[in-house]
Amino acid sequence: MKKFLEGSQAVAKAVKLAKPGVISAYPITPQTHIVEGLAQFVADGELKSEFVNVESEHSAASAVLGAEACGVRSFTATSSQGLILMSEVLFNIAGMRLPVMLVCANRALSAPINIWNDHQDSIALRDSGWIQFYAENHQEVVDFILQGYKIGENPKIMLPVMVCMDGYILTHGMEVVDIPSQEQVDKFLPPYNPPYKLDIDNPLSLGLLGDPTVYMETRYAIQDTLNNDVLKLIPQVSSEFESIFGRRTLKLVETYKTEDAEVILVAMGSVAGTIKDVIDEERSKGKKVGLLKIVTYRPFPKEEVFNILKQASRVGVIEKAISLGSDGPLYTEISALFSGEKNSPQISGFIAGLGGRDITEKTIQTVIELVKGKKTSCIFMDLNKELLWEDFRVI
Amino acid sequence: MLSKHFSEHNFVSGHTACAGCGQALAARLVVDAAGKNTIATNATGCLEVFSTKAPQSSWNIPWIHSLFENSAAVGSGVESALRYLGKIDKVRVISQGGDGGTSDIGLQALSGMLERGHDVLYVCYDNEAYMNTGIQRSSLTPFSANTTTSPPGKVSTGNPKLKKPLVEICSAHHIPYSASASVGYPQDLQRKVKKALSIRGPKFLQIHCPCPLGWRYEPGLTLEIARLAVGSGLYPLIEYEYGKLTKVFKIPKPKPVEEYLKLQGRFRHIVNSQEEVAKIQKIADKNIDYYQLK
Ligand SMILES: Cc1ncc(C[n+]2csc(CCOP(=O)(O)OP(=O)(O)O)c2C)c(N)n1
Ligand SMILES: [Mg+2]
Repeated sequence: MKKFLEGSQAVAKAVKLAKPGVISAYPITPQTHIVEGLAQFVADGELKSEFVNVESEHSAASAVLGAEACGVRSFTATSSQGLILMSEVLFNIAGMRLPVMLVCANRALSAPINIWNDHQDSIALRDSGWIQFYAENHQEVVDFILQGYKIGENPKIMLPVMVCMDGYILTHGMEVVDIPSQEQVDKFLPPYNPPYKLDIDNPLSLGLLGDPTVYMETRYAIQDTLNNDVLKLIPQVSSEFESIFGRRTLKLVETYKTEDAEVILVAMGSVAGTIKDVIDEERSKGKKVGLLKIVTYRPFPKEEVFNILKQASRVGVIEKAISLGSDGPLYTEISALFSGEKNSPQISGFIAGLGGRDITEKTIQTVIELVKGKKTSCIFMDLNKELLWEDFRVI
Repeated sequence: MLSKHFSEHNFVSGHTACAGCGQALAARLVVDAAGKNTIATNATGCLEVFSTKAPQSSWNIPWIHSLFENSAAVGSGVESALRYLGKIDKVRVISQGGDGGTSDIGLQALSGMLERGHDVLYVCYDNEAYMNTGIQRSSLTPFSANTTTSPPGKVSTGNPKLKKPLVEICSAHHIPYSASASVGYPQDLQRKVKKALSIRGPKFLQIHCPCPLGWRYEPGLTLEIARLAVGSGLYPLIEYEYGKLTKVFKIPKPKPVEEYLKLQGRFRHIVNSQEEVAKIQKIADKNIDYYQLK
């Protein structure tokens, strides 16, 4: 049913439809509305879950780890400092092959403390073994959660899934979103039935010490699952989803007017909406610009990204994260795809929107102009030059 | 992931603990007393390392290790899952960890688990230092003990702090049961495990586990040393129910602390100093008086 909803409410409704047995989370802006919504469903008896009000994000992640290990579907959500506090547990969850679902309401990292959106938090977890999807709008968040459970819990996969949604822009923004019926979801998402679990009738030991004779193989296994099985499964699950729900939202990548594009911009998350508007404008002026939206960031769909970008002459990567002391992480990865390629497009990198700074149409237009010029690896967009004096380094 | 053993014990031999390891003995006593219908969560530390080197495991009950400081939080998740599955009446949950994993880095998760009222028994294996990383001081290391981070020196007589009152800290959460036990008294220990598991809600049990390597004594002396700790009043065995002290292990004729100290290398730097031994005797006397151990 189509509803006009706040993003966080839409998430809560999607999670409710997935019927997790254990939910555990800790308050942090801008994630909080999500778990508040879920707490209310539990309080009203609409959702039969154990809601564990933990004392930290570290324990929230640990509690859902314990629940998943018992074969019970779980859910947690967080942002920024909370995600980073969880990070030790998040690496552990992936290593233990437990398909936890986490929604990250993307927010900048301290210091300076800042509650607004960028992608630095979830990007910092890109090496953890989690599957990561970046949503553009409410509908995608809802759909990615339902499909994420199905992908992560596939007995061949058994990996955790992080659905990333831009803080405030999506968590607090209102949009029309189609919330599926329980019957549809039940048809799509079977009960969680893991191949291993803590069970008194079949006592297993989970989380053993892996010495140098076995450790590398466990890492290889995750890499293999991500790069082979997950990349193949995503389109399959997406088709199955489409056949029941009538739309295809989960993709490896999404393209917008790239077929004949000379300039292709690359981005993730809600900024794709702004970029599409700018592209329409540019097209009306006869300029061949397109967008490659990365939906699945982990595993990184190298082949798809390569095949789409290779036809352009110029590529501009716009990202809301920076590997301080190097370049934007997405720029670095995309550049690496073309290393040694003869007909590589010229690829430039742009850092924008850190700590919630608006990425306007003007920002995007400027990027398009810069992309046409000399190659640059890491330009910070929309800097206020007046604030670059030494006095402002520490605020 | 692995297991399946054929033994009556829930914790079986074949592990790589040091000879005379008090913790290995205590762990077996705990899970044997708990019975087959138990799920255990384990903090990182000696016990986890020596019992579960892939592809082997000494545990004959479902067992999970995640990280160092989150055993109580993982236990909270396990308990919540069992509640959701409607199995909480059939299955017991034990969360366990060492003194460092419990009283220092894991204290927040433990406090959260107790405060939320999870039906979990938390067992702290107290060998009085971070042993797995090479005998560093924890907040349960006793006064004067020589550890690698509280070494005696020209201006130091070893660990300058008293043991953190962890049994009381847990009891202050007004949980149904918070107690201490010693591997030197196996029947008392197992009685306490069974008693704890007969009660619904959060429980805490701290078990004194001598460590031959870390305390520097002959492996054959583990039980004797454990008993001397209790018998001197340095390790009072106490039971709190809902915040009230309800039972103590009586020691009608307390032994002088010197008998306990002189067997262990970690106190060698002070055993010949009357002044320093007197300070430790004072700790024991205070315990005897406060808990009315005599
Ligand atoms: C977050 C984190 N910090 C530090 C460590 C290193 N570490 C592993 S085991 C251990 C010592 C454990 O001491 P204790 O809890 O007393 O158990 P014991 O080994 O003495 O039985 C330490 C410090 C770790 N694994 N994780
Ligand atoms: Mg210890």
